[in-house]
Amino acid sequence: MTEKAKNTESQGVNLRQIGQRIAGIPAIGPLIALIAALVYFYTQNERIIAPNTISLILQQTSWIAVLAIGQTLIILTAGIDLSNGLVMALGTVVMTTLAVEGGMDPTLALLIGILVTTGFGLLNGLLVTRLNIPPFIVTLGTLNIAFALTRIVAVTTINDLPELHTFFGIRFALDDFFPALANADSRWFTTPFTIGAVAVLVLYFIMWWVLRETDFGRHVYAVGDDPEAARLMGIPVNRVLITVYALAGFFYGIAGWILVGRIGSGDPNAGQTANLDSITAVVIGGISLFGGRGNILGTLIGALIVGVFITGLQITGVDPLWQRFITGVLVIGAVAIDQFSQRIK
Amino acid sequence: MSEQNIILQAKGLVKRYGSVTALDGADFELYNGEILAVIGDNGAGKSSLIKALSGAIQPDEGEILLNGKKIRFSGPSDARNHGIETVYQTLAVSPSMNIVENLFLGREILRPGILGSVFRMMDKKKMLEEATGYMSELKFRIQSMTQPVSTLSGGQRQGVAVARSAAFASNVVIMDEPTAALGVKESGMVLELIKKVRDKGLPVILISHNMPHVWELADRIHIQRLGRRATVIKPDEYSMSDGVAIMTGAKEV
Repeated sequence: MTEKAKNTESQGVNLRQIGQRIAGIPAIGPLIALIAALVYFYTQNERIIAPNTISLILQQTSWIAVLAIGQTLIILTAGIDLSNGLVMALGTVVMTTLAVEGGMDPTLALLIGILVTTGFGLLNGLLVTRLNIPPFIVTLGTLNIAFALTRIVAVTTINDLPELHTFFGIRFALDDFFPALANADSRWFTTPFTIGAVAVLVLYFIMWWVLRETDFGRHVYAVGDDPEAARLMGIPVNRVLITVYALAGFFYGIAGWILVGRIGSGDPNAGQTANLDSITAVVIGGISLFGGRGNILGTLIGALIVGVFITGLQITGVDPLWQRFITGVLVIGAVAIDQFSQRIK
Repeated sequence: MSEQNIILQAKGLVKRYGSVTALDGADFELYNGEILAVIGDNGAGKSSLIKALSGAIQPDEGEILLNGKKIRFSGPSDARNHGIETVYQTLAVSPSMNIVENLFLGREILRPGILGSVFRMMDKKKMLEEATGYMSELKFRIQSMTQPVSTLSGGQRQGVAVARSAAFASNVVIMDEPTAALGVKESGMVLELIKKVRDKGLPVILISHNMPHVWELADRIHIQRLGRRATVIKPDEYSMSDGVAIMTGAKEV
Protein backbone atom coordinates (compact mmCIF):
# COMPACT_ATOMS: atom_id res chain seq x y z
CA MET A 1 0.00 0.00 0.00
CA THR A 2 1.41 3.43 -0.91
CA GLU A 3 1.83 6.21 1.63
CA LYS A 4 -0.85 8.23 -0.12
CA ALA A 5 -3.37 5.43 -0.02
CA LYS A 6 -2.68 5.03 3.68
CA ASN A 7 -3.36 8.70 4.29
CA THR A 8 -6.69 8.77 2.53
CA GLU A 9 -7.65 5.63 4.35
CA SER A 10 -6.89 7.09 7.76
CA GLN A 11 -8.96 10.16 6.94
CA GLY A 12 -11.82 7.93 5.96
CA VAL A 13 -11.43 6.14 9.26
CA ASN A 14 -11.64 9.40 11.20
CA LEU A 15 -14.86 10.37 9.50
CA ARG A 16 -16.18 6.89 10.03
CA GLN A 17 -15.21 7.01 13.70
CA ILE A 18 -17.09 10.26 14.17
CA GLY A 19 -20.07 8.70 12.40
CA GLN A 20 -19.79 5.63 14.58
CA ARG A 21 -19.64 7.73 17.73
CA ILE A 22 -22.85 9.54 16.80
CA ALA A 23 -24.46 6.26 15.77
CA GLY A 24 -23.26 4.83 19.09
CA ILE A 25 -25.53 7.08 21.14
CA PRO A 26 -28.35 4.79 22.30
CA ALA A 27 -31.39 5.02 20.02
CA ILE A 28 -30.21 8.28 18.43
CA GLY A 29 -32.40 7.89 15.33
CA PRO A 30 -35.71 7.47 17.17
CA LEU A 31 -34.66 10.20 19.62
CA ILE A 32 -34.20 12.68 16.79
CA ALA A 33 -37.57 11.64 15.35
CA LEU A 34 -39.25 12.14 18.74
CA ILE A 35 -37.78 15.61 19.15
CA ALA A 36 -38.72 16.50 15.56
CA ALA A 37 -42.30 15.37 16.20
CA LEU A 38 -42.50 17.42 19.40
CA VAL A 39 -41.08 20.49 17.65
CA TYR A 40 -43.52 20.12 14.76
CA PHE A 41 -46.57 19.79 17.01
CA TYR A 42 -45.30 22.64 19.17
CA THR A 43 -45.39 24.93 16.15
CA GLN A 44 -48.99 23.83 15.59
CA ASN A 45 -50.12 24.00 19.20
CA GLU A 46 -47.83 24.70 22.11
CA ARG A 47 -49.98 22.65 24.48
CA ILE A 48 -48.14 19.52 23.24
CA ILE A 49 -45.35 20.03 25.77
CA ALA A 50 -47.57 21.19 28.62
CA PRO A 51 -47.06 19.02 31.75
CA ASN A 52 -50.59 17.63 31.73
CA THR A 53 -50.31 16.67 28.04
CA ILE A 54 -47.01 14.91 28.69
CA SER A 55 -48.54 13.17 31.71
CA LEU A 56 -51.45 12.02 29.53
CA ILE A 57 -49.14 10.74 26.79
CA LEU A 58 -47.14 8.78 29.38
CA GLN A 59 -50.32 7.23 30.79
CA GLN A 60 -51.65 6.28 27.38
CA THR A 61 -48.31 4.86 26.36
CA SER A 62 -47.45 3.05 29.59
CA TRP A 63 -49.01 -0.40 29.17
CA ILE A 64 -48.22 -0.62 25.44
CA ALA A 65 -44.65 0.33 26.28
CA VAL A 66 -44.39 -2.53 28.78
CA LEU A 67 -45.89 -5.00 26.30
CA ALA A 68 -43.27 -3.71 23.88
CA ILE A 69 -40.47 -4.70 26.31
CA GLY A 70 -41.47 -8.34 25.81
CA GLN A 71 -41.93 -7.78 22.09
CA THR A 72 -38.45 -6.23 21.90
CA LEU A 73 -36.81 -9.24 23.56
CA ILE A 74 -38.54 -11.58 21.14
CA ILE A 75 -37.81 -9.50 18.03
CA LEU A 76 -34.15 -9.26 19.10
CA THR A 77 -34.06 -13.06 18.75
CA ALA A 78 -35.53 -12.62 15.23
CA GLY A 79 -38.94 -13.83 16.44
CA ILE A 80 -42.31 -12.08 16.70
CA ASP A 81 -45.20 -12.28 19.17
CA LEU A 82 -48.75 -11.75 17.90
CA SER A 83 -50.31 -13.07 21.09
CA ASN A 84 -49.12 -10.48 23.60
CA GLY A 85 -52.17 -8.17 23.74
CA LEU A 86 -54.63 -11.01 24.26
CA VAL A 87 -52.35 -12.87 26.66
CA MET A 88 -52.23 -9.65 28.67
CA ALA A 89 -56.04 -9.37 28.52
CA LEU A 90 -56.31 -12.93 29.85
CA GLY A 91 -53.94 -12.02 32.68
CA THR A 92 -56.04 -8.99 33.64
CA VAL A 93 -59.35 -10.85 33.72
CA VAL A 94 -57.80 -13.74 35.65
CA MET A 95 -56.33 -11.50 38.34
CA THR A 96 -59.40 -9.29 38.70
CA THR A 97 -62.00 -12.06 38.50
CA LEU A 98 -60.21 -14.14 41.12
CA ALA A 99 -59.99 -11.18 43.48
CA VAL A 100 -63.42 -9.64 42.93
CA GLU A 101 -65.69 -12.58 42.14
CA GLY A 102 -63.63 -15.36 43.68
CA GLY A 103 -62.90 -13.34 46.81
CA MET A 104 -59.29 -14.40 46.67
CA ASP A 105 -56.51 -12.52 48.41
CA PRO A 106 -55.62 -9.67 45.98
CA THR A 107 -51.89 -10.41 46.13
CA LEU A 108 -52.39 -14.08 45.33
CA ALA A 109 -54.86 -13.24 42.53
CA LEU A 110 -52.36 -10.80 41.05
CA LEU A 111 -49.56 -13.35 41.19
CA ILE A 112 -51.74 -15.99 39.53
CA GLY A 113 -52.59 -13.50 36.76
CA ILE A 114 -48.91 -12.80 36.12
CA LEU A 115 -48.18 -16.54 36.34
CA VAL A 116 -50.76 -17.19 33.59
CA THR A 117 -49.17 -14.69 31.20
CA THR A 118 -45.70 -16.02 32.02
CA GLY A 119 -47.00 -19.54 31.37
CA PHE A 120 -48.30 -18.47 27.98
CA GLY A 121 -44.91 -16.99 27.17
CA LEU A 122 -43.26 -20.23 28.24
CA LEU A 123 -45.69 -22.18 26.06
CA ASN A 124 -44.81 -19.96 23.08
CA GLY A 125 -41.12 -20.56 23.75
CA LEU A 126 -41.49 -24.32 24.05
CA LEU A 127 -43.51 -24.56 20.83
CA VAL A 128 -40.98 -22.42 18.96
CA THR A 129 -37.96 -24.41 20.14
CA ARG A 130 -39.17 -27.97 20.71
CA LEU A 131 -41.57 -28.29 17.79
CA ASN A 132 -39.66 -25.91 15.55
CA ILE A 133 -42.81 -23.99 14.55
CA PRO A 134 -42.19 -20.42 13.33
CA PRO A 135 -42.98 -17.80 16.03
CA PHE A 136 -45.51 -16.12 13.73
CA ILE A 137 -47.63 -19.29 13.59
CA VAL A 138 -47.14 -20.30 17.24
CA THR A 139 -48.26 -16.92 18.53
CA LEU A 140 -51.11 -16.71 16.03
CA GLY A 141 -52.33 -19.94 17.62
CA THR A 142 -51.87 -18.85 21.23
CA LEU A 143 -53.50 -15.49 20.35
CA ASN A 144 -56.72 -17.34 19.58
CA ILE A 145 -56.42 -19.62 22.60
CA ALA A 146 -55.87 -16.65 24.92
CA PHE A 147 -58.78 -14.79 23.31
CA ALA A 148 -61.15 -17.69 23.90
CA LEU A 149 -59.95 -18.28 27.46
CA THR A 150 -60.40 -14.58 28.24
CA ARG A 151 -64.06 -14.76 27.15
CA ILE A 152 -64.57 -17.94 29.14
CA VAL A 153 -63.23 -16.29 32.31
CA ALA A 154 -65.11 -13.00 31.93
CA VAL A 155 -67.82 -11.66 29.65
CA THR A 156 -68.06 -8.11 30.97
CA THR A 157 -65.70 -5.74 32.70
CA ILE A 158 -64.79 -6.46 36.30
CA ASN A 159 -65.13 -3.42 38.54
CA ASP A 160 -64.65 -2.52 42.23
CA LEU A 161 -61.05 -3.69 42.22
CA PRO A 162 -58.88 -4.00 45.31
CA GLU A 163 -56.37 -1.21 45.86
CA LEU A 164 -53.38 -3.36 44.98
CA HIS A 165 -54.71 -3.96 41.48
CA THR A 166 -55.13 -0.27 40.73
CA PHE A 167 -51.79 0.63 42.35
CA PHE A 168 -50.21 1.81 39.09
CA GLY A 169 -53.10 4.23 38.49
CA ILE A 170 -52.31 6.19 41.66
CA ARG A 171 -51.43 9.77 40.85
CA PHE A 172 -48.83 11.90 42.51
CA ALA A 173 -47.27 15.27 41.88
CA LEU A 174 -43.71 16.11 42.72
CA ASP A 175 -44.83 18.64 45.32
CA ASP A 176 -46.53 15.80 47.22
CA PHE A 177 -43.06 14.64 48.18
CA PHE A 178 -41.29 17.97 48.26
CA PRO A 179 -43.82 20.53 49.56
CA ALA A 180 -41.28 23.29 49.00
CA LEU A 181 -41.73 22.79 45.25
CA ALA A 182 -45.36 23.87 45.41
CA ASN A 183 -44.14 27.44 45.77
CA ALA A 184 -41.91 27.15 42.72
CA ASP A 185 -43.86 28.63 39.87
CA SER A 186 -43.96 25.63 37.56
CA ARG A 187 -46.79 23.34 36.67
CA TRP A 188 -44.28 20.48 36.31
CA PHE A 189 -44.24 20.16 40.10
CA THR A 190 -47.99 20.29 40.61
CA THR A 191 -49.23 18.23 37.66
CA PRO A 192 -50.14 14.68 38.67
CA PHE A 193 -48.31 11.76 37.06
CA THR A 194 -49.21 8.10 37.58
CA ILE A 195 -47.03 5.55 39.34
CA GLY A 196 -47.48 3.38 36.23
CA ALA A 197 -45.68 5.96 34.09
CA VAL A 198 -42.72 5.94 36.46
CA ALA A 199 -42.74 2.14 36.64
CA VAL A 200 -42.41 1.97 32.85
CA LEU A 201 -39.27 4.08 32.95
CA VAL A 202 -37.80 1.89 35.71
CA LEU A 203 -38.60 -1.34 33.84
CA TYR A 204 -36.98 -0.02 30.68
CA PHE A 205 -33.90 1.04 32.57
CA ILE A 206 -33.58 -2.42 34.15
CA MET A 207 -33.93 -4.26 30.85
CA TRP A 208 -31.56 -1.86 29.12
CA TRP A 209 -28.98 -2.70 31.79
CA VAL A 210 -29.64 -6.44 31.54
CA LEU A 211 -29.27 -6.47 27.75
CA ARG A 212 -26.14 -4.37 27.86
CA GLU A 213 -24.26 -5.66 30.89
CA THR A 214 -25.13 -9.32 31.44
CA ASP A 215 -24.07 -12.44 29.59
CA PHE A 216 -27.76 -13.32 29.15
CA GLY A 217 -28.31 -10.04 27.32
CA ARG A 218 -25.41 -10.69 25.02
CA HIS A 219 -26.69 -14.19 24.26
CA VAL A 220 -30.11 -12.76 23.31
CA TYR A 221 -28.41 -10.61 20.68
CA ALA A 222 -26.21 -13.50 19.51
CA VAL A 223 -29.19 -15.82 19.01
CA GLY A 224 -30.94 -13.20 16.88
CA ASP A 225 -27.81 -12.25 14.96
CA ASP A 226 -26.93 -15.73 13.71
CA PRO A 227 -28.50 -18.69 15.55
CA GLU A 228 -26.31 -21.29 13.83
CA ALA A 229 -23.10 -19.44 14.70
CA ALA A 230 -24.37 -18.98 18.26
CA ARG A 231 -24.98 -22.73 18.53
CA LEU A 232 -21.54 -23.57 17.15
CA MET A 233 -19.99 -21.19 19.66
CA GLY A 234 -21.62 -23.11 22.50
CA ILE A 235 -24.56 -20.86 23.38
CA PRO A 236 -27.59 -22.87 24.55
CA VAL A 237 -29.81 -21.33 21.87
CA ASN A 238 -33.03 -23.09 22.88
CA ARG A 239 -32.63 -22.26 26.54
CA VAL A 240 -32.07 -18.59 25.67
CA LEU A 241 -35.18 -18.56 23.45
CA ILE A 242 -37.40 -20.22 26.06
CA THR A 243 -36.19 -17.77 28.70
CA VAL A 244 -36.89 -14.83 26.37
CA TYR A 245 -40.46 -15.92 25.62
CA ALA A 246 -41.22 -16.65 29.28
CA LEU A 247 -39.73 -13.33 30.38
CA ALA A 248 -41.81 -11.58 27.72
CA GLY A 249 -44.89 -13.30 29.18
CA PHE A 250 -43.95 -11.97 32.61
CA PHE A 251 -43.84 -8.43 31.20
CA TYR A 252 -47.29 -8.95 29.61
CA GLY A 253 -48.58 -9.68 33.12
CA ILE A 254 -47.03 -6.48 34.45
CA ALA A 255 -48.46 -4.58 31.46
CA GLY A 256 -51.89 -5.96 32.36
CA TRP A 257 -51.48 -4.83 35.95
CA ILE A 258 -50.59 -1.32 34.73
CA LEU A 259 -53.55 -1.30 32.31
CA VAL A 260 -55.93 -2.34 35.10
CA GLY A 261 -54.60 0.56 37.15
CA ARG A 262 -55.09 2.98 34.26
CA ILE A 263 -58.71 2.06 33.35
CA GLY A 264 -59.71 0.93 36.85
CA SER A 265 -61.26 -2.36 35.74
CA GLY A 266 -60.50 -5.76 34.26
CA ASP A 267 -61.57 -5.63 30.62
CA PRO A 268 -61.99 -8.76 28.46
CA ASN A 269 -61.95 -6.53 25.36
CA ALA A 270 -58.57 -5.01 26.15
CA GLY A 271 -55.47 -5.33 24.05
CA GLN A 272 -56.99 -6.52 20.79
CA THR A 273 -54.73 -4.40 18.60
CA ALA A 274 -51.92 -4.23 21.15
CA ASN A 275 -49.83 -6.83 19.31
CA LEU A 276 -49.54 -4.55 16.30
CA ASP A 277 -49.12 -1.45 18.48
CA SER A 278 -46.24 -3.06 20.35
CA ILE A 279 -44.59 -4.19 17.11
CA THR A 280 -45.01 -0.62 15.85
CA ALA A 281 -43.21 0.76 18.90
CA VAL A 282 -40.39 -1.77 18.49
CA VAL A 283 -39.95 -1.10 14.79
CA ILE A 284 -40.13 2.68 15.07
CA GLY A 285 -37.64 2.33 17.91
CA GLY A 286 -35.07 1.01 15.47
CA ILE A 287 -34.99 -2.64 16.54
CA SER A 288 -34.23 -4.76 13.47
CA LEU A 289 -36.94 -7.28 12.56
CA PHE A 290 -34.08 -9.49 11.36
CA GLY A 291 -32.90 -9.83 14.96
CA GLY A 292 -29.70 -9.10 16.81
CA ARG A 293 -29.63 -5.33 16.42
CA GLY A 294 -31.21 -2.42 18.25
CA ASN A 295 -31.41 -0.75 21.64
CA ILE A 296 -34.41 -1.34 23.90
CA LEU A 297 -34.48 2.35 24.84
CA GLY A 298 -35.39 2.88 21.18
CA THR A 299 -38.61 0.92 21.80
CA LEU A 300 -39.57 3.25 24.65
CA ILE A 301 -38.97 6.23 22.38
CA GLY A 302 -40.86 4.46 19.58
CA ALA A 303 -43.87 4.04 21.89
CA LEU A 304 -43.61 7.71 22.87
CA ILE A 305 -43.43 8.78 19.21
CA VAL A 306 -46.73 6.99 18.54
CA GLY A 307 -48.20 8.59 21.68
CA VAL A 308 -47.01 12.07 20.64
CA PHE A 309 -48.46 11.65 17.15
CA ILE A 310 -51.84 10.49 18.42
CA THR A 311 -52.14 13.24 21.01
CA GLY A 312 -50.56 15.82 18.74
CA LEU A 313 -53.02 15.15 15.93
CA GLN A 314 -55.84 15.25 18.47
CA ILE A 315 -54.96 18.66 19.85
CA THR A 316 -54.37 20.06 16.38
CA GLY A 317 -57.87 18.91 15.52
CA VAL A 318 -57.03 16.37 12.83
CA ASP A 319 -59.56 13.63 12.04
CA PRO A 320 -58.70 10.57 14.22
CA LEU A 321 -58.56 8.37 11.11
CA TRP A 322 -55.36 10.15 10.12
CA GLN A 323 -53.75 8.98 13.36
CA ARG A 324 -53.85 5.40 12.15
CA PHE A 325 -52.81 6.51 8.70
CA ILE A 326 -49.71 8.22 10.11
CA THR A 327 -48.92 5.21 12.30
CA GLY A 328 -48.92 3.04 9.19
CA VAL A 329 -46.58 5.45 7.40
CA LEU A 330 -44.25 5.50 10.42
CA VAL A 331 -44.00 1.70 10.55
CA ILE A 332 -43.25 1.31 6.86
CA GLY A 333 -40.77 4.18 7.02
CA ALA A 334 -38.93 2.65 9.99
CA VAL A 335 -38.61 -0.78 8.37
CA ALA A 336 -37.52 0.83 5.10
CA ILE A 337 -34.74 2.65 6.95
CA ASP A 338 -33.67 -0.64 8.56
CA GLN A 339 -33.59 -2.41 5.19
CA PHE A 340 -31.66 0.47 3.68
CA SER A 341 -29.04 0.47 6.45
CA GLN A 342 -28.66 -3.31 6.01
CA ARG A 343 -27.97 -2.83 2.32
CA ILE A 344 -25.35 -0.14 2.94
CA LYS A 345 -23.44 -2.64 5.07
CA MET B 1 8.11 -39.51 18.88
CA SER B 2 7.35 -41.32 22.07
CA GLU B 3 4.03 -42.48 23.45
CA GLN B 4 3.87 -39.80 26.12
CA ASN B 5 3.83 -37.07 23.47
CA ILE B 6 0.46 -38.26 22.26
CA ILE B 7 -2.22 -35.75 23.19
CA LEU B 8 -5.26 -37.27 21.55
CA GLN B 9 -5.59 -40.85 20.46
CA ALA B 10 -8.32 -43.10 19.09
CA LYS B 11 -8.23 -46.88 18.90
CA GLY B 12 -10.49 -49.01 16.73
CA LEU B 13 -13.37 -46.56 16.38
CA VAL B 14 -16.50 -48.01 14.81
CA LYS B 15 -19.56 -45.99 13.85
CA ARG B 16 -22.51 -47.40 11.95
CA TYR B 17 -25.49 -45.53 10.53
CA GLY B 18 -28.00 -48.30 9.83
CA SER B 19 -26.38 -50.51 7.23
CA VAL B 20 -23.66 -47.96 6.44
CA THR B 21 -20.38 -48.31 8.32
CA ALA B 22 -18.79 -44.87 8.45
CA LEU B 23 -15.93 -45.83 10.74
CA ASP B 24 -14.60 -49.37 10.56
CA GLY B 25 -11.92 -49.69 13.22
CA ALA B 26 -10.23 -46.32 12.75
CA ASP B 27 -7.05 -45.47 14.66
CA PHE B 28 -5.73 -41.97 15.19
CA GLU B 29 -2.87 -40.24 16.97
CA LEU B 30 -2.14 -36.57 17.47
CA TYR B 31 1.24 -35.56 18.88
CA ASN B 32 2.11 -32.53 20.90
CA GLY B 33 2.96 -29.40 18.92
CA GLU B 34 2.14 -30.70 15.45
CA ILE B 35 -0.24 -29.91 12.67
CA LEU B 36 -1.79 -33.20 11.64
CA ALA B 37 -3.77 -33.05 8.43
CA VAL B 38 -6.61 -35.52 7.87
CA ILE B 39 -7.42 -36.20 4.23
CA GLY B 40 -9.63 -38.75 2.55
CA ASP B 41 -12.11 -39.18 -0.25
CA ASN B 42 -15.80 -38.47 0.31
CA GLY B 43 -17.24 -41.31 2.36
CA ALA B 44 -13.86 -42.36 3.78
CA GLY B 45 -15.09 -41.58 7.28
CA LYS B 46 -13.09 -38.40 7.60
CA SER B 47 -15.86 -36.27 9.02
CA SER B 48 -17.19 -39.10 11.21
CA LEU B 49 -13.71 -39.43 12.71
CA ILE B 50 -13.52 -35.71 13.41
CA LYS B 51 -17.04 -35.63 14.81
CA ALA B 52 -16.13 -38.45 17.19
CA LEU B 53 -13.00 -36.57 18.30
CA SER B 54 -14.89 -33.31 18.79
CA GLY B 55 -17.76 -34.95 20.64
CA ALA B 56 -20.40 -34.34 17.96
CA ILE B 57 -21.09 -38.09 17.67
CA GLN B 58 -20.47 -41.02 20.00
CA PRO B 59 -18.66 -44.02 18.45
CA ASP B 60 -20.32 -47.45 18.75
CA GLU B 61 -17.03 -49.19 19.53
CA GLY B 62 -13.44 -48.30 20.26
CA GLU B 63 -11.96 -45.78 22.63
CA ILE B 64 -10.67 -42.23 22.70
CA LEU B 65 -7.79 -41.21 24.95
CA LEU B 66 -6.98 -37.64 25.89
CA ASN B 67 -3.53 -37.24 27.47
CA GLY B 68 -3.45 -41.00 27.94
CA LYS B 69 -6.75 -41.16 29.81
CA LYS B 70 -9.80 -42.88 28.41
CA ILE B 71 -12.58 -40.41 27.79
CA ARG B 72 -16.11 -40.30 26.42
CA PHE B 73 -17.56 -37.01 25.21
CA SER B 74 -21.29 -36.56 25.75
CA GLY B 75 -21.40 -33.71 23.22
CA PRO B 76 -19.43 -30.85 21.64
CA SER B 77 -19.66 -28.73 24.78
CA ASP B 78 -18.21 -31.63 26.78
CA ALA B 79 -15.25 -31.85 24.40
CA ARG B 80 -14.92 -28.08 24.67
CA ASN B 81 -14.78 -28.38 28.44
CA HIS B 82 -11.90 -30.80 27.97
CA GLY B 83 -9.93 -28.20 26.02
CA ILE B 84 -10.81 -29.32 22.49
CA GLU B 85 -11.99 -26.44 20.31
CA THR B 86 -13.30 -26.64 16.75
CA VAL B 87 -13.15 -24.09 13.92
CA TYR B 88 -15.82 -24.63 11.24
CA GLN B 89 -15.77 -23.80 7.56
CA THR B 90 -18.96 -21.76 7.89
CA LEU B 91 -17.26 -18.72 9.50
CA ALA B 92 -19.07 -19.27 12.78
CA VAL B 93 -18.96 -15.75 14.14
CA SER B 94 -21.73 -13.37 15.13
CA PRO B 95 -21.61 -10.64 12.44
CA SER B 96 -23.16 -7.71 14.32
CA MET B 97 -20.94 -8.24 17.34
CA ASN B 98 -17.47 -6.85 17.68
CA ILE B 99 -14.24 -8.83 17.94
CA VAL B 100 -14.07 -8.85 21.74
CA GLU B 101 -17.70 -9.93 22.00
CA ASN B 102 -17.10 -12.73 19.51
CA LEU B 103 -13.97 -13.97 21.22
CA PHE B 104 -15.81 -14.37 24.51
CA LEU B 105 -19.29 -15.25 23.25
CA GLY B 106 -20.76 -17.97 25.46
CA ARG B 107 -17.79 -17.68 27.84
CA GLU B 108 -18.12 -14.12 29.07
CA ILE B 109 -15.97 -13.16 32.02
CA LEU B 110 -18.21 -12.02 34.87
CA ARG B 111 -17.45 -9.45 37.53
CA PRO B 112 -16.10 -10.87 40.77
CA GLY B 113 -18.41 -11.14 43.77
CA ILE B 114 -22.15 -10.63 43.91
CA LEU B 115 -22.25 -8.46 40.76
CA GLY B 116 -21.14 -11.44 38.71
CA SER B 117 -22.64 -14.38 40.58
CA VAL B 118 -26.12 -12.95 41.20
CA PHE B 119 -26.55 -10.13 38.68
CA ARG B 120 -24.53 -11.85 35.91
CA MET B 121 -22.72 -8.61 35.16
CA MET B 122 -19.90 -8.93 32.63
CA ASP B 123 -16.38 -7.63 33.16
CA LYS B 124 -16.04 -5.82 29.82
CA LYS B 125 -12.74 -4.20 30.66
CA LYS B 126 -11.07 -7.50 31.48
CA MET B 127 -12.44 -9.12 28.31
CA LEU B 128 -11.06 -6.27 26.19
CA GLU B 129 -7.65 -6.59 27.84
CA GLU B 130 -7.47 -10.34 27.40
CA ALA B 131 -8.77 -10.20 23.84
CA THR B 132 -6.14 -7.62 22.92
CA GLY B 133 -3.56 -9.95 24.42
CA TYR B 134 -4.69 -12.99 22.38
CA MET B 135 -4.72 -11.03 19.16
CA SER B 136 -1.24 -9.60 19.61
CA GLU B 137 0.06 -13.02 20.63
CA LEU B 138 -1.08 -14.31 17.24
CA LYS B 139 0.21 -11.11 15.57
CA PHE B 140 -3.31 -10.67 14.24
CA ARG B 141 -3.49 -7.09 13.07
CA ILE B 142 -6.80 -5.36 13.34
CA GLN B 143 -7.83 -1.71 13.31
CA SER B 144 -10.02 -1.81 16.35
CA MET B 145 -11.05 -4.57 18.74
CA THR B 146 -14.49 -3.02 18.96
CA GLN B 147 -15.36 -3.00 15.27
CA PRO B 148 -18.24 -5.27 14.26
CA VAL B 149 -17.11 -8.52 12.66
CA SER B 150 -19.37 -7.72 9.67
CA THR B 151 -16.87 -4.99 8.71
CA LEU B 152 -14.07 -7.59 8.38
CA SER B 153 -13.10 -9.61 5.33
CA GLY B 154 -13.89 -13.34 5.21
CA GLY B 155 -10.30 -14.20 6.06
CA GLN B 156 -10.27 -11.87 9.03
CA ARG B 157 -13.55 -13.31 10.25
CA GLN B 158 -12.15 -16.81 10.10
CA GLY B 159 -9.08 -15.37 11.83
CA VAL B 160 -11.31 -14.28 14.69
CA ALA B 161 -12.74 -17.81 14.89
CA VAL B 162 -9.21 -19.27 14.91
CA ALA B 163 -8.08 -16.83 17.60
CA ARG B 164 -11.15 -17.71 19.64
CA SER B 165 -10.36 -21.43 19.53
CA ALA B 166 -6.69 -20.88 20.23
CA ALA B 167 -7.54 -18.73 23.23
CA PHE B 168 -9.72 -21.33 24.87
CA ALA B 169 -8.26 -24.65 23.72
CA SER B 170 -5.98 -26.11 26.34
CA ASN B 171 -5.39 -29.36 24.44
CA VAL B 172 -6.36 -29.47 20.77
CA VAL B 173 -7.69 -27.20 18.03
CA ILE B 174 -9.66 -28.95 15.28
CA MET B 175 -9.91 -27.00 12.00
CA ASP B 176 -12.71 -28.38 9.85
CA GLU B 177 -12.08 -27.08 6.30
CA PRO B 178 -11.17 -23.63 7.63
CA THR B 179 -10.35 -22.17 4.20
CA ALA B 180 -13.14 -23.78 2.16
CA ALA B 181 -15.20 -20.58 2.10
CA LEU B 182 -12.27 -18.26 1.39
CA GLY B 183 -10.38 -16.91 -1.60
CA VAL B 184 -6.67 -17.49 -2.24
CA LYS B 185 -5.30 -14.42 -0.49
CA GLU B 186 -7.70 -14.76 2.41
CA SER B 187 -6.75 -18.42 2.84
CA GLY B 188 -3.07 -17.50 3.05
CA MET B 189 -3.80 -15.29 6.03
CA VAL B 190 -5.68 -18.03 7.85
CA LEU B 191 -2.94 -20.58 7.08
CA GLU B 192 -0.34 -18.26 8.64
CA LEU B 193 -2.53 -17.99 11.69
CA ILE B 194 -2.83 -21.76 11.97
CA LYS B 195 0.98 -22.04 11.96
CA LYS B 196 1.16 -19.51 14.76
CA VAL B 197 -1.33 -21.52 16.78
CA ARG B 198 0.94 -24.56 16.39
CA ASP B 199 4.03 -22.50 17.25
CA LYS B 200 2.25 -21.41 20.41
CA GLY B 201 2.39 -25.08 21.38
CA LEU B 202 -1.17 -26.15 20.59
CA PRO B 203 -1.53 -29.22 18.40
CA VAL B 204 -3.83 -28.73 15.42
CA ILE B 205 -5.94 -31.23 13.48
CA LEU B 206 -6.52 -29.84 9.99
CA ILE B 207 -9.22 -31.32 7.78
CA SER B 208 -8.92 -30.08 4.23
CA HIS B 209 -9.69 -30.92 0.63
CA ASN B 210 -7.04 -28.51 -0.50
CA MET B 211 -3.90 -30.58 -1.10
CA PRO B 212 -1.51 -27.63 -1.59
CA HIS B 213 -2.64 -26.24 1.77
CA VAL B 214 -2.16 -29.62 3.40
CA TRP B 215 1.32 -30.10 1.97
CA GLU B 216 2.30 -26.56 2.89
CA LEU B 217 1.12 -26.72 6.46
CA ALA B 218 1.05 -30.26 7.84
CA ASP B 219 3.79 -31.96 9.83
CA ARG B 220 2.11 -35.31 9.24
CA ILE B 221 -0.81 -36.42 7.09
CA HIS B 222 -3.37 -38.98 8.24
CA ILE B 223 -4.96 -40.61 5.18
CA GLN B 224 -8.42 -42.00 5.82
CA ARG B 225 -9.82 -44.65 3.50
CA LEU B 226 -12.83 -46.99 3.71
CA GLY B 227 -13.53 -46.09 7.32
CA ARG B 228 -9.99 -46.69 8.56
CA ARG B 229 -6.63 -45.07 8.62
CA ALA B 230 -4.80 -46.16 5.46
CA THR B 231 -1.50 -44.72 6.61
CA VAL B 232 0.24 -41.65 7.98
CA ILE B 233 2.81 -39.94 5.75
CA LYS B 234 5.12 -36.97 6.00
CA PRO B 235 4.63 -34.31 3.33
CA ASP B 236 8.36 -34.10 2.56
CA GLU B 237 8.62 -37.86 1.91
CA TYR B 238 5.62 -38.24 -0.38
CA SER B 239 4.33 -36.08 -3.22
CA MET B 240 0.81 -34.79 -3.47
CA SER B 241 0.01 -37.24 -6.23
CA ASP B 242 1.25 -40.11 -4.03
CA GLY B 243 -1.07 -38.86 -1.33
CA VAL B 244 -4.04 -38.73 -3.67
CA ALA B 245 -3.17 -42.21 -4.97
CA ILE B 246 -3.19 -43.61 -1.44
CA MET B 247 -6.43 -41.79 -0.72
CA THR B 248 -8.17 -43.37 -3.70
CA GLY B 249 -6.60 -46.80 -3.24
CA ALA B 250 -4.51 -46.62 -6.43
CA LYS B 251 -1.39 -46.97 -4.32
CA GLU B 252 -0.71 -48.96 -1.14
CA VAL B 253 1.88 -48.14 1.49
